Amino acid sequence: MRQTHQARKDTDVTLSTHAPPVQVQNVSKIFGRTAALRNVSLELERGRFYVLRGENGAGKSTLMRIIAGLSHPTDGQVKIFGVNNREALARLGYMAHAPLVYDELSGMENLRFFARLYGITSDAPLEDAMRRVGLDPGLTRRVGQYSQGMRQRLSLARAIFHSPPLVLLDEPFSNVDPESASQIAQLLANMRSAGTTILLITHQLGLLANIADEFLFLSAGKLVSRSPAPPVHA
Amino acid sequence: MSSSILKLTIANVAKDLRLEWRSRDVYNSMVFFAVLVVVIFSFSFEPTSEESRHIAGGLFWVAFLFSTVVALNQSWARELRNGVLDAYRISPAPPEALFFGKVLGNFIFVTALECLMVPLFVVFYNLSSAGSLWQLLLILVLGTWALVITGTFFAVMSIRTRNRELMLPLLLIPLSIPAVVNMVKATSNVLTADFSAVPHIKFLAVYCVVFTTACFLLFETVLNAE
Repeated sequence: MRQTHQARKDTDVTLSTHAPPVQVQNVSKIFGRTAALRNVSLELERGRFYVLRGENGAGKSTLMRIIAGLSHPTDGQVKIFGVNNREALARLGYMAHAPLVYDELSGMENLRFFARLYGITSDAPLEDAMRRVGLDPGLTRRVGQYSQGMRQRLSLARAIFHSPPLVLLDEPFSNVDPESASQIAQLLANMRSAGTTILLITHQLGLLANIADEFLFLSAGKLVSRSPAPPVHA
Repeated sequence: MSSSILKLTIANVAKDLRLEWRSRDVYNSMVFFAVLVVVIFSFSFEPTSEESRHIAGGLFWVAFLFSTVVALNQSWARELRNGVLDAYRISPAPPEALFFGKVLGNFIFVTALECLMVPLFVVFYNLSSAGSLWQLLLILVLGTWALVITGTFFAVMSIRTRNRELMLPLLLIPLSIPAVVNMVKATSNVLTADFSAVPHIKFLAVYCVVFTTACFLLFETVLNAE
């Protein structure tokens, strides 16, 4: 009995270790009478950098929220590292349009609170994440007094402080000055080199010209193309 | 309750207290509302000491019911600002820790309000209790818990609705009526010492156990509902 249990455990570990970071299978999402996603299937490989593109309202953010487990698909299923996305939350980093931080707390206070949710009690990985995004961990100012760019950086730090092997980023360069955007792009390139899988939504392709591995194009809720270079109709 | 849920509950309470200390969102609106109710009713009725004992229970709990609604709306609203609730939902932390953290935080806020308002009630309504004070204390604790546990649960149900400030009282008040009736009767019975408050206290205790269990079991479903 004990051996069987151990064997099953080993198989589970093997499955999740070799499973793709993201498997989206026939996912549709209907809001009232509007289909935001139509039968989308997608598989991402480890350690690659994907850029999700499409016109406004194409369903990019909806797809990302479904992958993150924040929204339920009307049809189809999503697996993260081979398991249900709600079971793989610790292996996922997500940055949304909104910064997902408290205005009344400082940057480090925010990270400390969120770190507790991941069972992290040490300040070291949090300070490291702050430095990696170009913020001073000693900054005592409350987030409400941060500039938009600083909030974006803090939001990125919140998404990566636990070193997740899969990172989902929804427009991380919006409201960020060009120099900071280049720094963030370089940070993402380093993460990709270290084996992190990144799925990113942006309209600023120039920043990712030499970094991204693949471009995915969504149109009217359908995945219409996957290409190693920006699509011609972009 | 496992140790991780307990630790995260404490982390949530500490975070809520820190946010409240810095913003005063909840406490200011609660105090303002409760003081208004006490002052307006005292000028409207000008009751004698004997009359006060009969009506004070009702006034007291009505003031706290509506103040609690104000507090609950505010306490969840701060989780919606900047989408912070989503950061919690994508974390591996158990949702129950968020729920109990919110409940305990709100319980502390409402209890702090009661500590301020009870002396005001005594002064404005010339109150003195003919019954035992420990029973009053027990009614306060159970009544506050009953309001806060159901209120926190229904507040999270209503936060994503368009008219959430209207939706919460619509959901909460009908369900709270049995508890409020027993809080009022228990309080009046202790103040006047005409009847025993024990049956009402027992009802409140059962109400608290039932709703704490139900809210605990259903919270994750409600949190992740769209």
